[in-house]
Amino acid sequence: MLEMHNISKIYRTDLIETHALREFSLQVAAGEFIAVSGPSGSGKTTFLNVAGLLETFDSGTYKLDGQDIRGLSDNARSRIRNEKIGFVFQSFNLIPDLDIFDNVDVPLRYRGMKAAERTARIANSLELVGLSSRMRHLPAQLSGGQQQRAAIARAIAGDPALILADEPTGNLDSLMARQIMDLLEKINSMGTTVVLVTHDPELARRAERNIHIIDGLVADTVPASGARRRERQGPAHAESATD
Amino acid sequence: MLGYYLRLSLRSFRRAPGLTALMVSTIALGIAACIVTLTVYHGMSSNPIWWKNGELYAVTVNPLSPSQTRKAGDPAYGSSQLAYDDATYLSGSGIPKRETVLAFLFGAITSTPDQTRPLPVMIQATTGGFFRMFDVPFRYGGPWNAAADRGPEPVMVLSHRENAKLFGGTDSVGRTLLWSGHRFRIVGVLAPWHPLPRFYDLSAGDGGPFGRSADAFIPFQWGPTLRDWPAGHMSCSSQGSASSTYQGLLGSGCTWIGMWVELPTRAARRHFRAFLQAYAAAQRKAGIFHAVNTHLWTVSQWLSLHHIVTRRSGLLVNLAFALLTVCLINTLGILLAKFLRGAPLAGIRRALGASRRQVFAQHLVEAGVLSLAGAALGLALSAAGLAGVRLLYRGSAAAYGKFAHFDPIGIAWALALAVVATIVAGLYPAWRIGRRPPATYLKSQ
Repeated sequence: MLEMHNISKIYRTDLIETHALREFSLQVAAGEFIAVSGPSGSGKTTFLNVAGLLETFDSGTYKLDGQDIRGLSDNARSRIRNEKIGFVFQSFNLIPDLDIFDNVDVPLRYRGMKAAERTARIANSLELVGLSSRMRHLPAQLSGGQQQRAAIARAIAGDPALILADEPTGNLDSLMARQIMDLLEKINSMGTTVVLVTHDPELARRAERNIHIIDGLVADTVPASGARRRERQGPAHAESATD
Repeated sequence: MLGYYLRLSLRSFRRAPGLTALMVSTIALGIAACIVTLTVYHGMSSNPIWWKNGELYAVTVNPLSPSQTRKAGDPAYGSSQLAYDDATYLSGSGIPKRETVLAFLFGAITSTPDQTRPLPVMIQATTGGFFRMFDVPFRYGGPWNAAADRGPEPVMVLSHRENAKLFGGTDSVGRTLLWSGHRFRIVGVLAPWHPLPRFYDLSAGDGGPFGRSADAFIPFQWGPTLRDWPAGHMSCSSQGSASSTYQGLLGSGCTWIGMWVELPTRAARRHFRAFLQAYAAAQRKAGIFHAVNTHLWTVSQWLSLHHIVTRRSGLLVNLAFALLTVCLINTLGILLAKFLRGAPLAGIRRALGASRRQVFAQHLVEAGVLSLAGAALGLALSAAGLAGVRLLYRGSAAAYGKFAHFDPIGIAWALALAVVATIVAGLYPAWRIGRRPPATYLKSQ
């Protein structure tokens, strides 16, 4: 599903260069659930932004669902983001003056779907996250957990192949965090690949594989332990390039 | 997507109603200032018979050299009218398709047989060619013929207004009116006709070039026949002093007659120019003229020559456009601030699959909606501004009030200006919002 090979990303200012990702290589199989962790500034979010086509990279190759990303136009990148990727952010990133229904509708609008299909998809995804009764509420009228569930509904409404979740439980208490993880596992169990960035080792342990990033490099890959380990067809592995 | 973008625009306006109101008012103010000045300017500078601009020519023959004209004490001498002898000779050339001479007379007419009290009237003494030459519309009857000019026959054409006053607007052709002891038969009644400015005779009447047209028209030769002194502008040089007798006036070099010719072809123009030059040269040879200084003026040149379009009104238009520019720069600044404040939301949309072009289009639609709102308010403000101009110049001879009316051109100007200007003002902010990578804005959420 996701193949990165020797990806470099450098942020430049007049005075300094910051190497956010160095020779970063990673493969994630379709349907896999991986957790990415690492200290602050290690490059987790940069990895997620590059993986989600929110930022470009300087060198290396990146294939998403078999498609080479390098050199694609903005239109093509936007279309891939819209059709293949669902985002879940730490701060939910719901549009405050749209109700939940209209928030979930946003990616579907850009896909140019007909109204009837959009309505059906919105209803299904809100039902999946348990917010059918709140679809006409504004984000501010919901709790943090409900807002994150709404964001997940928005991420899955377009039926993407990949969910990128950046600290989705960072702003939630532990009970709500567990509910969100349950939801992500449920989505994963339906075949969607999930890449979760988290600081929380307990949550990371629920993934099938843990990727540890330090200084823009994959430092360590740990197979999941216990409950989250599942029988899976085919290999899913990560490669770490070393200096 | 347009409907979706429109909905988003309305939501965006609801999110910041104060800022929206400020932008709409700013656009509207600039638009209104432009529309009011442009409407008045357009009215004042327009050629009321533009479709014949290349065919109609005012004729001038100045017998003095430029230095003599300056010394004559009347700088207008020879610049707009002809002396009687010159006009009589030049109008008999037969070269133009049509030609006319004209002068204003004042008098009082009485309707017969009622013999009601005499009405003071402004009479245009002219020739039958006047009406066809200037495409004057008739309600009843028509112009008199060439024989009536030569007679002169006692025939009269009434203005629409005067006919309404004297005969209640009914068909008065064939009825008679008394003027200076003569019984004039009405041969035609005009439909409403008020060319502004009154290009064909800028020199006389109430309100000057922007005053009303004549109440009645009679053959030109009735003036000399009845020895009725002209009531329009008269200009005399030191060599052509006004005489105390009418016969003396006709023989003097005083200029008081306007002359127009219709020369639709280049050949006719060349021919008539040569005729004018030959006439002036012959007069000079005879010692009557001091210079050969003849001109044919198009209507536009004629209006410009007589400063009908003042430099001040042109300056006012420039100022209005400057104000519009300032308003638009302000709008651009506010739009930029507003769009940048909403950039994180645009970032979310980009993350969810909106392309740069879609984000650009969404923001441009928002600018477009603003522009339409600005245009609507601008039209309302313009209407108020034009009403203010009318109120200010009510009862004044100044022309501004006459043009202070909305016309389709004014409305089209307002809409085009507002939409184009605001979209131009919105282009940069809309473009800028789509340029940065979405991740930049998501971090700031």
